Amino acid sequence: MAYSDKVLDHYENPRNVGSLDKNDPQVGTGMVGAPACGDVMKLMIKVNDDGIIEDAKFKTYGCGSAIASSSLVTEWLKGRTIDEAYAIKNSEIAEELALPPVKIHCSVLAEDAIKAAVADIKAKQAAKESA
Amino acid sequence: MSNNQADYFQLFNLPEQYAIDVKLLEANFRKIQSASHPDRFVNAPASEKLASMQQATLSNEAYGTLKNPARRAKYLLERRGIDAVADTNTALPMDFLMQQMEWREQLDDAKQAKDIESLERLYLQLRAEAKAMEANLGELFDVTKDDVAATELTRKLIFIDKVCADIQQAIEYLD
Repeated sequence: MAYSDKVLDHYENPRNVGSLDKNDPQVGTGMVGAPACGDVMKLMIKVNDDGIIEDAKFKTYGCGSAIASSSLVTEWLKGRTIDEAYAIKNSEIAEELALPPVKIHCSVLAEDAIKAAVADIKAKQAAKESA
Repeated sequence: MSNNQADYFQLFNLPEQYAIDVKLLEANFRKIQSASHPDRFVNAPASEKLASMQQATLSNEAYGTLKNPARRAKYLLERRGIDAVADTNTALPMDFLMQQMEWREQLDDAKQAKDIESLERLYLQLRAEAKAMEANLGELFDVTKDDVAATELTRKLIFIDKVCADIQQAIEYLD
């Protein structure tokens, strides 16, 4: 199967690979997986006091499309609010990367990773406020 | 062809449950294979040739599915209308996914270092994990009949099988 140029670009030069400090109260972590293909994706976001995402890092084990999807969203996330991040749809990711139908699930994985990371940071913020 | 509706358990005269009599499965599989062998249909009409071929294909697929614990579990769930590997279901317990990441990292490191011994060690460790899960699946499917827990464990087992397959591939590549 032929990958689009954008997928190849992200696959060969993935942006923002790595980790943030998971114990940092400003860092939210999202982990998701797809048993069918064995893909695992970890997305970490650092959110400042204004609710803006300052940094995003990812680590993905999976096919080129899964890596490209997570690499792309780390670029998109920086500078957005967590609510804007939460609103990102997998269809936008799939469209940007021109993913074929059989690889749409990779973009679903990326969307779910964002939602999981946002949920994690919100839980951390709520815990801090009630403390 | 009614492959979609075909009941793999019925085909081999087995009760529809997780724990299976592997010897009986194999014996009944061989019976069907020999009864539908192309050699027996050399002079048969085309319709019978086709039917025997379909029977052979179906029994191959059914045997492969029931023999493999992860595929058998997935099939049992399918029969209950549950898709264990649905694309839309990406949630798994955090600690399991962390563990997955670690195994994947170990696999990558060992592959890069061409360290076949580490790959084999990791493989054995994962097979042991899978064995324990398979025992648990028997309990969940056949005794407590807890479909929700069985689905989650099936998803984990499929994951582990995938890592194992990738380790094997890495070992073959390095050998």
